[in-house]
Amino acid sequence: MTARAVPLRLLSGAASLLATPLHVDDFVEMVNPLWSGRQTWGRVRAVQAETADAATLTIRPGRGWRGHRAGQYVGIAVPVTGVWRHRVYSVSSAPDRPDGCFQITVQAFAGGQVSPRLVSGASLGTVLRLDPPAGEFTLPEKVPRRILFLTAGSGVTPVMSMLRDLAQRRELPDVVLLHLARTRNDVIFGTELRRLAQRFPGLRLHEFYTRTAVDTEDDRDGPRVSLTDLLAACPDWPERSTWACGPPGLLDKAQDLWREAGVAGHLRVERFRLATNTSRSSSGNGHSEDGRDIGRDGDVGDGASVHFTRSGQRAVADGLTPLLAIGERAGVSMPSGCRLGICRSCVARLGAGRVRDLRTGVEHGVAGDLIQTCVSAAAGDVAIDL
Amino acid sequence: MAASLGEDDARYIRRVIRVQRLLEIGGRATMFASFLPPAWLAATAMLTGAKILDNMEIGHNVMHGQWDWMSDPAIQSATWEWDAASPSEQWKSAHNYRHHTYTNVLGEDRDIGFGILRMTPAQQWRPVFLAQPLYAAALALTFEWGVALFDIEIDRTWRGEKSWRETLTHLDGVLRKGGRQALKDYVIFPLIAGPGFLPVLLGNLTANVLRNIWAYMIIFCGHFPEGAEIFTPEQIVQESRGEWYLRQIQGSANIEGSPLFHILSGNLSHQIEHHLFPDLPSNRYAQIAPQVRSLCERFGVPYTSGRLGRQSIDIWRNIFRLALPGPSRPRRAWTGRVSRAR
Repeated sequence: MTARAVPLRLLSGAASLLATPLHVDDFVEMVNPLWSGRQTWGRVRAVQAETADAATLTIRPGRGWRGHRAGQYVGIAVPVTGVWRHRVYSVSSAPDRPDGCFQITVQAFAGGQVSPRLVSGASLGTVLRLDPPAGEFTLPEKVPRRILFLTAGSGVTPVMSMLRDLAQRRELPDVVLLHLARTRNDVIFGTELRRLAQRFPGLRLHEFYTRTAVDTEDDRDGPRVSLTDLLAACPDWPERSTWACGPPGLLDKAQDLWREAGVAGHLRVERFRLATNTSRSSSGNGHSEDGRDIGRDGDVGDGASVHFTRSGQRAVADGLTPLLAIGERAGVSMPSGCRLGICRSCVARLGAGRVRDLRTGVEHGVAGDLIQTCVSAAAGDVAIDL
Repeated sequence: MAASLGEDDARYIRRVIRVQRLLEIGGRATMFASFLPPAWLAATAMLTGAKILDNMEIGHNVMHGQWDWMSDPAIQSATWEWDAASPSEQWKSAHNYRHHTYTNVLGEDRDIGFGILRMTPAQQWRPVFLAQPLYAAALALTFEWGVALFDIEIDRTWRGEKSWRETLTHLDGVLRKGGRQALKDYVIFPLIAGPGFLPVLLGNLTANVLRNIWAYMIIFCGHFPEGAEIFTPEQIVQESRGEWYLRQIQGSANIEGSPLFHILSGNLSHQIEHHLFPDLPSNRYAQIAPQVRSLCERFGVPYTSGRLGRQSIDIWRNIFRLALPGPSRPRRAWTGRVSRAR
């Protein structure tokens, strides 16, 4: 401890005693949440439309924000009709902007709870909770000589951060960007990408469209664009360090192809989670790291598996037995109380999946929610933090 | 009802919390001028208000999980701490589990007389109860400590139902938590006031005592006025879910008053609705009360409701009466099972 730290520590100790049982930051946040030392907050400073259904949010982060590496994602929580909803978005801006802000680019997911609100501009001025940036979908310290970016839809967002970073550092080597979108107008950052490609001869941009006509109201897809079609534009793909981000189908195919070519090590993917059967409420274009995508294999009905993550126990659940009983049978030390859904002694954190409230039959829950195990049954595979 | 929770409810609780914190800051700041009698009065009033809001409408209800649906990490039953001697963890298990599950069951619901009062003729009279009006008064004045110490369940330890080790851990928790609160109110803030040490100390003490009396009154009026039943353990053997709900209604009593009164009581003035739906956000109790009441009328279930003064008098009369042996017959026979309700 340095000599300067002692009085500081005493001061903060005294302040916390004055605020007890609350935290000094409870009062600080009343003045400006961005000053809080306990939780990093961010304020939406601008909302700028990118395409018909995507927009870039410029966020001023508060105390505690350490900045991101190009390609990383950030978890945000945003209040929607009284409930804090947690979503994960790739940062689209380059690191270390002079104004201290960062940007995320969000595509509105029809019927979603969060993304349409963020995109609509209603979020301007909103104060968000921020998680620290995370993810390994980043460029290495030493930029590879030959790079391939393979993106679809809003999967271009983390790549945009990397491209902007490289352009700023004027280190744009031999880069190929293969991008798939519905139409030319649906290409997020289209104008900027085309301009970059003109400015840097090393950057070759290939756009592919799934719909033939521009601005068509026709919802039918045009000719299928296969991964092979995309890669035809970049025949030396097996020799390139590749970063791919887009819908699961595309990434699965890419992983197979790279494995077959014996160059699986050259490919890094960022999984891109669209709403699936088990995660109705997790709308939008949230990303999750490769391998952590749980929403895809959930199976509603009998024979769902329950994973008690802390004790390492696994059990099979039907949709009618409370998780409390299942845990106890599996030998997990489960907190419990009234067993009637009243006292909340049994609450545990939901790690993944959704549960059904046995009193109301309502299916609910997203990762991180506290659930009452005595009145909740598994609705598909779940993970419980016990 | 649960499905209609939204923006307005979230705004409500955030507003109450904001008002509580402003009152707290205002009270603490004004207290430094408390050598002037009007300032002392204003400061003490604000601080009392802050403590009452913190304990009743905010702390009690947040810890019931009424606001967990907002997924706000800062307003969660699992992590909330309040301005009272009880550590919230211990209070939650005593209150949410024992009291809410075994409401008004003699020997199970430890809130009946808090172990030192004879609240029903079914409790056997002992000479020690002769002085119970004094105990009741003492409990009212020191309620936060009474509750904290009582939640340690030293009597159960004495009877060997609970290990000494566990009891000592609980006691340690109370001393740490309560000690910190006492240090803040009775040492730190008075010391900062320097020459104003004594008025600040007295102001903080007054605020704590007034809050104690208030909480005591609301809680006793919620379960022990004329009309609220006390049950024996035999009555709840094989109790069905329906009978459990019936007991919640019969063992509770509402208090009538203005909207502000309801907020200050933590909406425990809707004690019946609270016991039926303990995790429904408190601002909604007034909305469901007419429905509950009309259902009770339809099925002939007594729905006890009265003014605070009237009910307090009832309770004190009862405490005085039961200090003496008898009466041999309970106040009123239990109305029985659901099927018998008309």
